[in-house]
Amino acid sequence: MKITLKVWRQSGPKDSGGLATYELDDITEDMSFLEVLDVLNEGLITSGEEPVAFDSDCREGICGMCGLMINGSAHGPEVTTTCQLHMRSFSDGETITVEPWRADAFPVLKDLVVDRSAFDRIIQAGGFISVNTGAAPDAHAVPVPKENADKAFASAACIGCGACVAACPNASGMLFMGAKVTHLGLLPQGQPERDARVVKMVNQHDHEGFGGCTNIGECAAACPKEIPMDVISQLNKDLRTAMQHGR
Amino acid sequence: MRCVATSTLPPSIQARRTTIAMKLVMAVSGSLFVLFVIAHMYGNLKMFGGQAAYDDYAHHLRTLGEPIAPYSGVLWIIRVVLLGSVLAHIYSAFYLWSRAQGARTTKYRMKKAAAATISARFMRWGGVALLLFLIWHILQFTTRTINVNGSHDSPYDNYVAAFQPSVWWVFVIYALAMVALAMHIRHGVWSATQTLGWTGNVRARRRANTLAITLAAVVSIGFILPAVFVLFGVIK
Ligand code: HEM
Ligand code: FES
Repeated sequence: MKITLKVWRQSGPKDSGGLATYELDDITEDMSFLEVLDVLNEGLITSGEEPVAFDSDCREGICGMCGLMINGSAHGPEVTTTCQLHMRSFSDGETITVEPWRADAFPVLKDLVVDRSAFDRIIQAGGFISVNTGAAPDAHAVPVPKENADKAFASAACIGCGACVAACPNASGMLFMGAKVTHLGLLPQGQPERDARVVKMVNQHDHEGFGGCTNIGECAAACPKEIPMDVISQLNKDLRTAMQHGR
Repeated sequence: MRCVATSTLPPSIQARRTTIAMKLVMAVSGSLFVLFVIAHMYGNLKMFGGQAAYDDYAHHLRTLGEPIAPYSGVLWIIRVVLLGSVLAHIYSAFYLWSRAQGARTTKYRMKKAAAATISARFMRWGGVALLLFLIWHILQFTTRTINVNGSHDSPYDNYVAAFQPSVWWVFVIYALAMVALAMHIRHGVWSATQTLGWTGNVRARRRANTLAITLAAVVSIGFILPAVFVLFGVIK
């Protein structure tokens, strides 16, 4: 395959940056998108140029590091992570535009790498349960209704990649937060801190500069883990309940 | 820039000072508008019942609640509640609008929409259009500051005069406003159910969307129907 890449290049957080065009002609259909960037970088290094900085870690769709905006879609044209996207999803001769996630809460560090520690701070604000650690309790010691267990599990599938923020016209992080609040809020272990958790997390979210949700649904459509809008409804409900409890 | 994940909790942590609380204000005030437009639309359908039916209805609005409430008392309560809702709705709309603009100051060079309905994308400017329409509408029919085609004592006569073919552009304004209203209700009702936390599963979401589309169609068609009949001279 022959492709043209238009890649966002930015030397540092303060640089204004711009798109640079690269032609690649030794691409095969079964290469992953990140492998294409590897090929590009090998060429750049050989010719003495600065390689394109991009994030990745597991390359198997579970760590959430590899988010890129590809041709205007978060993680590209398929419902998957960028590392699990393959070149067979593109056509020969195609021009592919690659940009970093755009949100002021996710500042660009270099080229395609953004700082997503705003998400870490939201988790630190309340996205956990306080328990004494030690030997793991028996799995059946605390009964959980099947429906709740399933839903909590599906919400826990969130890998925190930030595609929801990247795709949202308001750059809102509600799908991410909704997934965490639903995951912990549906389990017995999450109950003691349920009200405090949602209030702290939402305050932190707003404080980080993410936008408010307007229920458009771009987030759920972009989510590589197919987390539905339901979790935002649950988040809203939990915040309303906390408000009614005087928080 | 903070490059480490050190916790920096905001100074004030209160549920009511969040963007979600703002959305709740928007959902509650918006729902009051929806109830209002349904009632208003139903009242306008009395144009089909003839002059007496319509004028009686208009008069009845003022004697509603009498003798417990004074003349026009209930009407004024409704007006004050609606005005408060309009102010709250506009305030929260612009607050969230400006926040969203600040949340992405560098735009994408290329961005595709995968799920947004046209209605969802038109909420903000559509809302502004509705506000302008609302001002025009009140000046025309409530205060009668703008007098398009003669002023009469009978509300029915005023209605008929406003939608004559000779002043066809009035009809065009109302028809466009009803398109904007339908779109605003379509996304607004869905969005409000979601904001209120009532759509926690696929079925509930589907029902909320069906309700939103139905209300949008019923309200906008119900409003424009009597005007169409006046325009074509069936109601005169
Ligand atoms: C006065 C002019 C108006 C402006 C500037 C305005 C603006 C907005 C905006 C920006 C939103 C949020 C959009 C979103 O969630 O995507 C909204 C939501 C809404 N609007 Fe309006 N609007 C106006 C009038 C109306 C009217 C006349 C109605 C009644 C039919 C209405 C009903 C609603 C409802 C039910 C919502 C949903 C609340 C929610 O998102 O939870 N609005 N409006
Ligand atoms: S690199 Fe881990 S999810 Fe893509």
